[in-house]
Amino acid sequence: MTLAIAERVESRRDKVVRHFALTDTIFHWACRSAAVLVLIILGGVFFSLVSGSWAALSKFGPAFLTTDRWSPVTQTFGALAPIYGTLITSGIAILIAVPVGIGIAVFLTELCPRPLRRPIAIAVELLAGIPSIIYGIWGLFVFAPFLQATLQPFLIEVFANVPVLNNVFAGPPYGIGILTSSLILAIMILPFIASITKDVFDTVPGVLKESAYGIGCTTWEVVRRIVIPHTRVGIMGGVMLALGRALGETMAVTFVIGNSHRLSASIIAPGTTISATIANEFTEADADIYVSSLMSLGLILFFITFIILAVARYMLLRMSRQAGA
Amino acid sequence: MATIYPRRKALNGLMMGLCIAAAAIGLAWLALILGALIYKGLAGVNLAVFTEMTPPPGAAGGLLNAIFGSVVVTIIAVIIGTPIGILAGTYMAEYGRFSKLTVVVRFINDILLSAPSIIIGLFIYELIVRPMGHFSGIAGSVALAMLVIPVVVRTTEDMLNLVPNALREAGTAIGAPRWIVIRSVGYRAALSGIVTGILLAIARISGETAPLLFTALNNQFWSSNLNAPIASLPVTIFQFALSPYQEWQQLAWTGALIITLTVLTLSIVARSLTGRKEG
Repeated sequence: MTLAIAERVESRRDKVVRHFALTDTIFHWACRSAAVLVLIILGGVFFSLVSGSWAALSKFGPAFLTTDRWSPVTQTFGALAPIYGTLITSGIAILIAVPVGIGIAVFLTELCPRPLRRPIAIAVELLAGIPSIIYGIWGLFVFAPFLQATLQPFLIEVFANVPVLNNVFAGPPYGIGILTSSLILAIMILPFIASITKDVFDTVPGVLKESAYGIGCTTWEVVRRIVIPHTRVGIMGGVMLALGRALGETMAVTFVIGNSHRLSASIIAPGTTISATIANEFTEADADIYVSSLMSLGLILFFITFIILAVARYMLLRMSRQAGA
Repeated sequence: MATIYPRRKALNGLMMGLCIAAAAIGLAWLALILGALIYKGLAGVNLAVFTEMTPPPGAAGGLLNAIFGSVVVTIIAVIIGTPIGILAGTYMAEYGRFSKLTVVVRFINDILLSAPSIIIGLFIYELIVRPMGHFSGIAGSVALAMLVIPVVVRTTEDMLNLVPNALREAGTAIGAPRWIVIRSVGYRAALSGIVTGILLAIARISGETAPLLFTALNNQFWSSNLNAPIASLPVTIFQFALSPYQEWQQLAWTGALIITLTVLTLSIVARSLTGRKEG
């Protein structure tokens, strides 16, 4: 009698255990496949861009990178103007945003009265999340007319008789253009740089700073000799991350760049970037070679940002390891 | 010796002054943008915005179909992206915490996290729009789902990693299989964090324009058909802002205000969910 019950329990348990083992295996594989899917997505992005751009790349060859002719009418395309525009707008944006962003981080970690620290830090982080189209619409309706009336005529006039610089700041003030886009990008990535820099500044051990203060360093000397050297890699990582964001930024730039494929030495003149060209022209592209050329632009952007982001992540990883150790 | 002190002090004063100026200018600038947005956006807020369709050029109207389209596309993107993100994050934090795959996925995921969204749009165009032969709401949703996944993966992994191992061991010790431990211990302990991740993902995609431009396209009329182009708020803003018509530009500002408030609300809610735990 008891033996029979024991046997029944045993078989019941077997069943349950088998069921558990099965569901566990299923769940394990579901999780694993999802993780692999993340890799497949990135691979898919790469392969779809390559296959989409094949027609243009095989037709134009390496010249695609070095010519600035972009003519849908004659169906000849060269990517030089968008590549140049992308690099120059992001470059100027970084030049402006990095010092200001680091300044904000120093202010937040060293100078700001304690009760204000958290609210300001949170405000900065919230601003980092505002969608880029907001910056775009503001740039178009408020900022560009403002620049057209003030900064641009000023720059043109001031540098009118200075060699080299009069070419850099030449031409009628359109309001929109490369300089305007750079400034908008700078404003956009500013909260981003500030909040990352602040985070890495926070990893500096208090003892290090205190010992510097203890031997009589000024706040600036502590920042310059202790905080920045200690967090150099992390700051670089944050800057690269912001650069990656600026390079790929689409909407904020599309509104104000002017979408002109003419290469111009003047940074006041309208230009274009890779992402703005794609956003403006993709749905209008009628010929296959046109679509394929835009895909090639996407592929170039993918390469540039992939490398920048990989370096950035590597640097931040090193930073967090250093902080953990 | 005597001369070096004033110099150091002066330099310190100068640099700190510059830092304060940077903070003041930076924050004032951002406040200026928000101010302009609220000022211009509020001017156009009325009932019609939420009850009428997008108008033809030169006429008055609302943003109803665009708001509806955005909500639908976003919800579907979250439905597609969240389970994948949570499962992948679970793998990285639970099953494969020490495997090579996890390291690689984490790295790639971080890159996807900040990859230009317009490239995701091109990817989905090649993957879905071109084979289907036309733009569609579902393509837009998939494109946005690609942006949801990295955010959710990241937060799920981080949050599950915070769950103490002792809790898992307790579950395992009473004979629960791994996946039940994950479900009833891991997920339960990390719930608020995972929800935060989903909210942040929604905040991220609700303002995304670039990936929708050539996947969902736009639609001037009411449409809930996912197999056809569907209107969305960001793309409508883009189109209306660049138009020469006064009414459209006003609607673009109002739409921009709606998006900003949505994103800010979502981020604040997400923050308060995790903030409670830390504090």
